[in-house]
Amino acid sequence: MEEWQDTGIILSARMHGENGAIVSILTKEHGRHLGYFNGARSKKNRALIEQGTIVNCQWKARISDSLGSWKLEEIKTIASLLMDNPLKLAALQSACSLCDAALPEREGHSGLYHGLSAMFDMFDSEIWQASYIFWELAFLKELGFGLELTKCAAGGTGKLIYVSPKSGRAVSKEKGKPYKDKMLKLPEFLQPDKTAPDDKQILEALEMTRYFLENWAFAQHSHGIPEARLIFQQRFAKHID
Amino acid sequence: MQNNNPISQLIKILNALPGIGGRSARRIALHLITNNNTGLLQLSDSLKNIHENIKKCEICNNIDTISPCTICSSEKRDKKTICVIADVMDLWAIERSSSYKGLYHILGGILSAIDGVGPDDLSIDRLVNRIKSEEVTEVILALSATVDGQSTAHYITDKLSEFKELKITRLAHGMPIGGELDYLDDGTIITAFKSRLSI
Repeated sequence: MEEWQDTGIILSARMHGENGAIVSILTKEHGRHLGYFNGARSKKNRALIEQGTIVNCQWKARISDSLGSWKLEEIKTIASLLMDNPLKLAALQSACSLCDAALPEREGHSGLYHGLSAMFDMFDSEIWQASYIFWELAFLKELGFGLELTKCAAGGTGKLIYVSPKSGRAVSKEKGKPYKDKMLKLPEFLQPDKTAPDDKQILEALEMTRYFLENWAFAQHSHGIPEARLIFQQRFAKHID
Repeated sequence: MQNNNPISQLIKILNALPGIGGRSARRIALHLITNNNTGLLQLSDSLKNIHENIKKCEICNNIDTISPCTICSSEKRDKKTICVIADVMDLWAIERSSSYKGLYHILGGILSAIDGVGPDDLSIDRLVNRIKSEEVTEVILALSATVDGQSTAHYITDKLSEFKELKITRLAHGMPIGGELDYLDDGTIITAFKSRLSI
């Protein structure tokens, strides 16, 4: 009998049969892991399997290759705190959907677990949008698509204002000038001499990370970038208008 | 019993219904057959009748034997209020309570990334058209208190923001009737505190 215990973040739950659900959890030590959760539709458990809930989870299976089953216990609820805030709710869904769609199963990503958990904690602060962007950059790096935003890819020494869509590296103003139509804009708060971001910069950063998510991380995925990520960006753009 | 036997087929059909397992299916089939065949005949007539006459309301997506449905065509209903719900089960639940006398709009589901339900799969555009063409003053979003339900509510709110005079409300979240604090989950308690009322 295979069995372990861990803490995790609920990424998604797909109803299965009349009473259960296949629940996907980003665990601290065991990565993204699936399992069957019996009684998922009961009054007691319905709130437990909402996206973002932090849980104590116990996974059990007869052999390690099986789907296995979960025993879950709530540690902290996140979604219910954000129900009235469309932007934060969309950000939560976006982050969970990205992890659910892109992370391979049963491969440890404890850094990403801690990053996601820290990002949830930042929902109370005024700079939660910036923390979301930094989490997406860390997410790209974890998947092997890290961006180099601290020095010019072309050897320039001036201010870094572009990002090359080809290499994902920052480019200085003078070196990037001939290709400026093809370059992505590097938001000011991501430049080495950081400033506090405003909403416009956050939207620029969302556009930049979306490019790399779409063309790098999700390039080979049949479903492409998750709809929740697109909705978050659209909602943010509308919020600025 | 052979698979092509009519009794086996009946059991198989009953077994495919929600909430009915193999044993229950056999019991129901036996009850229908041994009850002087009246139950079986009534059931088959009723099913045939439903199959021939059931229609989807062209206005609100409700299911009824007429289109527009009984609710949409009723003169007693408040035509200025539309309650937006996910499916017909929700309509039946609200009608059971007799607490609402307005019209409905059934979306046909909620936005769900995991089930691949996007805005185009729901009848949101038809809702917008109804608000444009009818004299609606209030839209009540009666969607489930889940992440998907509330993100659908926010999406619809965005879509309806062009109607400046329209009042958009949602159902309250919080303590259920008969609910004891000790047994409530953290999320419900947090929401109940956020939505508290002065008395």
